[in-house]
Amino acid sequence: MTATPDLLTAFDTPFIIGEREFRSRLMVGTGKYASNAQMIAAIEATGAEVVTVSVRRVDLDRSKEEGILHHLDPQRFMLLANTAGCFTADDTIRYARLARAAGFNEWVKLEVIGDQQTLLPDTAATIEATRVLAAEGFKVMAYTNDDLISALRLEDAGAVCVMPLASPIGSGLGMLNEFAIRTIKHRLGVPVIVDAGVGTASDAAIVMEQGVDGVLMNTGIAAATDPVRMATAMRLAVDAGRLAYLAGRMPKREVAVPSSPTTGMLDR
Amino acid sequence: MTTPLVHEPSTIALTVNGDKRTIAAGTSLSAYLASLKLDPRLVVVEHNRTILRDRDAYPSIVLGAGDNLEIVHFVGGG
Repeated sequence: MTATPDLLTAFDTPFIIGEREFRSRLMVGTGKYASNAQMIAAIEATGAEVVTVSVRRVDLDRSKEEGILHHLDPQRFMLLANTAGCFTADDTIRYARLARAAGFNEWVKLEVIGDQQTLLPDTAATIEATRVLAAEGFKVMAYTNDDLISALRLEDAGAVCVMPLASPIGSGLGMLNEFAIRTIKHRLGVPVIVDAGVGTASDAAIVMEQGVDGVLMNTGIAAATDPVRMATAMRLAVDAGRLAYLAGRMPKREVAVPSSPTTGMLDR
Repeated sequence: MTTPLVHEPSTIALTVNGDKRTIAAGTSLSAYLASLKLDPRLVVVEHNRTILRDRDAYPSIVLGAGDNLEIVHFVGGG
């Protein structure tokens, strides 16, 4: 249907996190969709292999929706549990252990939220929880701020990848600090995956043009008027941004340079 | 009149997902999950703050008065 996967295979290096190779640089969340059918259709359209899920209490009276495993096949998608909603290292560690006990894998997308209004991460608690969980054999993908020092500390603590935000969770503000994201990418040995803030396809392309290894998004797709169309746009944008990065953009100049010959003009 | 026999209480109270629940004394964890129509493979149980990773042990775990159970599963999230 599209030539993009072939182009990427031809030009790109393998995308490896924690010794596992992934086929898509786009990872997606499963929250906020109008229905499970819409969620599945959108995820199919993104081509994502990694999908995030959250750990929550079962509704004992079954008045609400069933668990997501009725809809997502763990054989087909890599389920990545997050610790969304946790505000302390202890809570985060408890949720990660519960997620691992579900028996799918030892991966966790670690989030420790530091502030309810902005949902910005508590990086000190994230580093602490990363250290504990990495020592227990977890493959920790650590959500963090766009701050180099926190990113370096997370790598030291044993994170298999570091996930700085483009902008706050659910904000759709896109990339706020390209310099910070590029700096993190240049300095870290582990993969860098931008997580949160992507609002539309151009945001996704800009993220990937920074040279980061991947991007994770949820609301940018789920809250679009037509999530399945936006999912497709995001897939193309991630590939386009990645290819543009690999291609190497032209230098920016603050003067015009003609594209057409300046010789051979009439009457000169 | 015969003296009533001293019985073990026939029901016990425990806390499940933050709610007070009353169940028959002697109920095993597997029987309790079945009564809630929950598939053990699709949930994770924390019993008195200990995560139960071995589902094969559920039939032999008998719930006690005052126990605290957390039964969780995966839901949509980002």
